[in-house]
Order: sequence, then structure tokens, then C-alpha cells
Amino acid sequence: MSLYYTQKLLFQLNRDTATVRRFEQDPEGLLAEYDLTEEERGALREPDIGLLYVMGVNGQILMHFAALRGYEWSAYIEAMREGERKHGPVRTGLYTRAETR
Amino acid sequence: MSLVFAGVCSHAPGITGRKDRAEPQVRDAFYAALERMRQAVENARPDVLIVVGAEHFANFFMNNMPAICVGMAEHYDGPIEDEAWLGIRRHRVPGAPRLARDLIQDVMNDIDLAYAEEWKFDHGIMVPLEFLTPRYDLPVIPVNINCQGPPLIPLRRCYEFGRALRRACDARPERIAVVGTGGISHWPATPDSGRINERWDREFLDRLLANRREELIAYRDDETWREAGQGGFEIRTFIAVAGATEGCTGDLWFYAPIPIFAVGCTVAVMRVSSR
Repeated sequence: MSLYYTQKLLFQLNRDTATVRRFEQDPEGLLAEYDLTEEERGALREPDIGLLYVMGVNGQILMHFAALRGYEWSAYIEAMREGERKHGPVRTGLYTRAETR
Repeated sequence: MSLVFAGVCSHAPGITGRKDRAEPQVRDAFYAALERMRQAVENARPDVLIVVGAEHFANFFMNNMPAICVGMAEHYDGPIEDEAWLGIRRHRVPGAPRLARDLIQDVMNDIDLAYAEEWKFDHGIMVPLEFLTPRYDLPVIPVNINCQGPPLIPLRRCYEFGRALRRACDARPERIAVVGTGGISHWPATPDSGRINERWDREFLDRLLANRREELIAYRDDETWREAGQGGFEIRTFIAVAGATEGCTGDLWFYAPIPIFAVGCTVAVMRVSSR
């Protein structure tokens, strides 16, 4: 259920400014409240948009997080492509490529 | 007749957020079609606008995901997105809680619904409102159909929901406009963003505007995913409008793929008076 909690944290960040402030002021405290793997915590901290995409985070959740972290549109699209090159195909969810489904 | 207007349009965030990166001629033609739709809504003199949308995790999450939810709030704030990123300023949109409550109660004779008295709008509703009610003064009743992650409500149930909504509207004295908003084929928020299957889109629009129910509900989600992307699941919003205008045909006012907007940009209007 770890991917679920990764997405849940992003969902809160996308819609709640108080959570954004906490993430800026006390990221470790906020991350500790969610049941995450070390890889997920790292991807959220950095942020590694490409890895989050490959992990299977829903793009409609990830898009807003990328914007929040200052990714310009083309850089955000490129980050997902780079994620696939670096970490392999999307592991689960809607974005697994047809040939890997 | 209480349903005084029905149409569909696109809502992709690029439509407002990346307007400077689109080819000006096609973009302006699209904006002109949306302006024509705004005028048509205004001419219909609605008391309220029902927006049947497909939100993107602004309110609903996998901890408790409704198949269909209707807003019953006094007002709605949006967009949740950064104003500069979306190209839309924050607004407070008036709701229509009493009418919403009555419509929900009536629709529930046929379709189970969730309701919400708290709801933040994302681009899925704000982009249409920015064009159709730019003064944000028309009361809105939002409807969300989960189109983001399976399990998804079957298409025939979306059509049924539209039918039930129409029956409920017909029982009301208010003048009600309904706009469905979603993408047809698109691969939003993926590395394939900008990919559009125009042939698929035009076939879908043919079925929609002829209001051929059997052909509309014949799409299978696995085929839609393959040929129209995960964004294609949003045809549910258009099919609900088809259900609300059963027996009516429609007209395509605009369609063109605009890759930087990540969707085949669409404006179409059903002839509600032809029923």
C-alpha cells in the first residue's frame, strides 16, 4: 500500500496550503507520518519526478506536484521521459506501456 | 422545459495555462467557439449551470472515491492550482445548494449518488467557467464522474445518470444549463502528452452528436485505453450529457487537435429544443 500513501501525501500537498508549508518547514516530520519506503521518501524529497512517475503515481496527482516544485511544462514532460530511461518502464497503474501490460 | 442549454467542451489546463505556446490561428478559433458557447449559455438565460466534469484528485481520493458525486455547497473556491501555472485567478463561485439537494434526491430514485457540501474546483471545472461564466456570477452545481482510476462506472450508467438528471431537471421550474467537460482521446500528464487520436475523436463525436446511445455505450475501457489513452475515460462526462439530451442531436462548433493543450479541443452543443 506504499504507493497509495505516496499519492495520498501528494494529494494533500496539491490541495492544502498548510500541508505545503509543513513540507517546506519540516519535510522529515511530514514524510514520517506516511507509510513510505526509503525509495519513496527519497523521490519525494528530491523531488525525482521521473521516479515518482515510474513508481506509478497517477499523472494528474504528479502534474500538480511538479508545478508546485517549479517544473516548467517541458521540463516536467522531460523528467518523466528521463525517469523511464533511468528507472525502466512504469511499474504499475494506468501508465504501464501497452507492451508491458 | 427546464433544461435550457446542453453542450460539451474541453477543459485541459493548457488551454489557459499554455495559451502563449499554441499556434495562434487555431487557438483563437477555439477561443471564438468557446465565446460563442458563452453567448449561447447567456441567451438561454439559465438560473444555474450544472457542470458534469472529471476532476483530478482535487477533492476525491482513493480512500473514498465516489463513482458520481454532486456538489451541494453554498460556494466553491478554485482553482486549487497555482494561478500563474493555470492562467486563471482564484475565484469564489456561487453554488445552488437547495436546488442541488432536490435534484440529488430526485436522481437517487434511479442512480446512487454521493454528495459534497465542500468542494474545491481544479482546472476540470475552472477552465470551462473561465470561458463560459467569466464573471463567475452564475450559480454552479458541480457533478464529478470518476474518470481517473478504475474501477470506473460503466458507460451505460453514465447515460442512465444523464437521463435521471434530465428527469429531475424537468420537474423543476428553474432554467437549467448543463455542460459536460472532458477530453476525448488524450494522454495527459504522461510523456505522451500532446498525442491525440483525431480519427477516434471524430468517430466518438459522430456517435455523440447523433446521440446513438447503443454506439456510445459500446466502447470498452481496455480499447479506449489503447486507442484513446487513459484520458479517454473522460468520455463519461460527454455520455452523461447525451443521456440528459436523449432524443436530441447536436452540432459540432469546433474540433481541432492542439498538441500543446494536450487534447483535441472540442466545443459542441446539443439541440435541446429539438426534443
